[in-house]
Amino acid sequence: MEHIAAVLVDGIIYSAWLFIAAVGMTLIYGVMKIVNITHGSFYALGAYAAASLTGAWLAHGYPPMLSYAVLLAAAVVVTLVFAPLIERGLLRFMYAKDEVVILLITYALFLILEDTIKLVWGVDPYFIAEPYGLLGSFDIGSLSYPTYNLILVGLALASGIGLAWLLNRTRTGKLLRAVIHDPQVSSAMGVNVDRFYLVTFTCGSMLAAVGGAFTAPTVSVVPGLGVEVVVLSFAVVVIGGLGSLPGAALGAVIVGLVRSISIHYMPQVELFVIYFVMALVLAFRPRGLFSLAEARKI
Amino acid sequence: MRHITQAFAVSLTAALTAAAFVPAAAHAQAIKIGVVTFLSGPAASPFGVPAKNAAELMIESLNAGKVPAPYATKGFGGTPVEAVIIDEAGSSTTQVTEFRNLVQRSNVDVVIGYVSSGNCLAVAPVAEELKKLTNFFDCGTPRIFEDGSYKYVFRTSPTATMDNVGAALYIKDIKPNLKTIAGINQNYAWGQDSWADFEASIKQLFPGVTVKTSQMPKLFAGQYNTEISTLLGENADVIHSSFFDGDLEALLLQGAPRGLFKKSMGVLTTGETAMHKLAAQIPDGTLLGARGPFGPYAPKNALNSWFVKGFEAKNKVPPNYASYQMTQAILGVKAAWEKAQAANGGKRPSNEQVAAALENLTFEGPGGTVRMAIGKGHQAIMETAYGMTKTVGGKITVTNVKRYAAEKVNPPEGVKSADWIKAGFK
Repeated sequence: MEHIAAVLVDGIIYSAWLFIAAVGMTLIYGVMKIVNITHGSFYALGAYAAASLTGAWLAHGYPPMLSYAVLLAAAVVVTLVFAPLIERGLLRFMYAKDEVVILLITYALFLILEDTIKLVWGVDPYFIAEPYGLLGSFDIGSLSYPTYNLILVGLALASGIGLAWLLNRTRTGKLLRAVIHDPQVSSAMGVNVDRFYLVTFTCGSMLAAVGGAFTAPTVSVVPGLGVEVVVLSFAVVVIGGLGSLPGAALGAVIVGLVRSISIHYMPQVELFVIYFVMALVLAFRPRGLFSLAEARKI
Repeated sequence: MRHITQAFAVSLTAALTAAAFVPAAAHAQAIKIGVVTFLSGPAASPFGVPAKNAAELMIESLNAGKVPAPYATKGFGGTPVEAVIIDEAGSSTTQVTEFRNLVQRSNVDVVIGYVSSGNCLAVAPVAEELKKLTNFFDCGTPRIFEDGSYKYVFRTSPTATMDNVGAALYIKDIKPNLKTIAGINQNYAWGQDSWADFEASIKQLFPGVTVKTSQMPKLFAGQYNTEISTLLGENADVIHSSFFDGDLEALLLQGAPRGLFKKSMGVLTTGETAMHKLAAQIPDGTLLGARGPFGPYAPKNALNSWFVKGFEAKNKVPPNYASYQMTQAILGVKAAWEKAQAANGGKRPSNEQVAAALENLTFEGPGGTVRMAIGKGHQAIMETAYGMTKTVGGKITVTNVKRYAAEKVNPPEGVKSADWIKAGFK
């Protein structure tokens, strides 16, 4: 029983991390039809900004409990600097181009931002271990888990529920759905599509940066941090259906649980199972589990 | 057009005539060394950059003739040395392309490099095809010279076999009643070979031992909470890990609050690279390896003292084992180059002559004596050392250090590591 509980808890913690990392990617695709590879860069930027700011905060002897707010603030600040710059300065000129071209542009940006990170922060690792252990631990049987993991679960729930509420229960959400459905008609009806694109790109990128910021206390923050996240996020959003919020949530839960089961019971197939699940889903539902119906345009 | 042709012909003749009268010494072209190591990615900080810093220090000091005996001759045999430094990041295919560029475009004389075992395995046959002297400075998989035979490829650092046999022997010394083991290693050549050697060695030394779990996450996965739960749940007597770079750091960061290496004794075969950065996350009593007699295990001699002092002065941090291995690799090639040059009547030796001189060579590095004794004289063996961590006054140290002679932790010539271990280290 304890073993099953451990499998579930590990699966949920990993799913939460995956969802935070991936939800921004699915949001941007859903609204803007961009497979955004710079998502990984924002994750890395969030981690670096958090490591620097939180490191400085703790080094100055400020209250450690407020370091969680500093992690969040770092992600917000770094996104507000880079995301509007990228969207207004480059991407908005590319919207008329093919999706593949935009994907390649975001890939090029990803490489540029990787080098920018190296120029700004160098190649030495940054560590901010303190927030990870600050909240103590909780036990599942004989296993101990840092309570910090519950923050990740809380963040995942807050971002998922918050986005769902925004999209389904607010006027802005209705307008956004209109933009998703048909940007040209929305524009003709007086919706400021450009502003929606800017806000969506910034929000999606911010979610990636928040993921990076809250991962920073658990890893060594080094160049290349965002690469793995892009691949995993892509697997999650493809399983769930590109652009689908519930799909991203389900995709993250599936990947998290399948990975946890395999590590506990058959560790040699850990890597295989994630992509096997993805292949299996695509074989039966080529557009993902929650693919959105698309209006046929003539 | 005719004037242009005439002018070109005159200029060319003048240039050739001038060249003919330049003294012979001025013809001594610098020896170009291609240095390949991680300058980006998770392996840059613990390995790539310390190795690059060591290469820069050594080349600068060699050219100035400041390295202690027996390396006091300037450059290589009096000829200055220059480095072409390349990033090892990217796939093995990328590294093969970069290697070809180094040889065919940059025209390097020697290539010294490679941290990743996968890259070493991919580059070795290409080095042989291009007939370019190549010295692997860090990668650990024993397969390179056990599954292949090369004329131009060398490795002046010992293999992972030594690290894992050494760790198993240490455990035999301090935990004679060992019952269970577990492991977490990266899922590629280095991690798999390390675990295979460790598991086989332990099974030889403790015939009734049980393997509780062997975790093999993807290289640079970063998230290990689930693996840590499994390892904690299995409660083995020791947990072996050959994790390196950011993966090792992430494992320590995520494992420490959960008491991973407090519950079971940690055996970190490459742990030395993290010992200063993550001292708070490494509990006392962890078995710490440095892939040889490097770092805290380096001998007290003039060469080592000079190296540590010079490295710290330049980089403000002590050299880690990757820095030692790079230094050793450069000094090995220098020793071979000068031996070949002497045999060649003082003239610049060819790649074939240097390769022949490096075969079966014995030379001194800052970590002690290096013998190119196995792999048909292309693979180094050294003594190794292990110790247990102990934090004293907030600083991590190693205590209860045990040293194992090279022959005790490396297979003899012509015997594969796995066979040697299976045969009871005979």
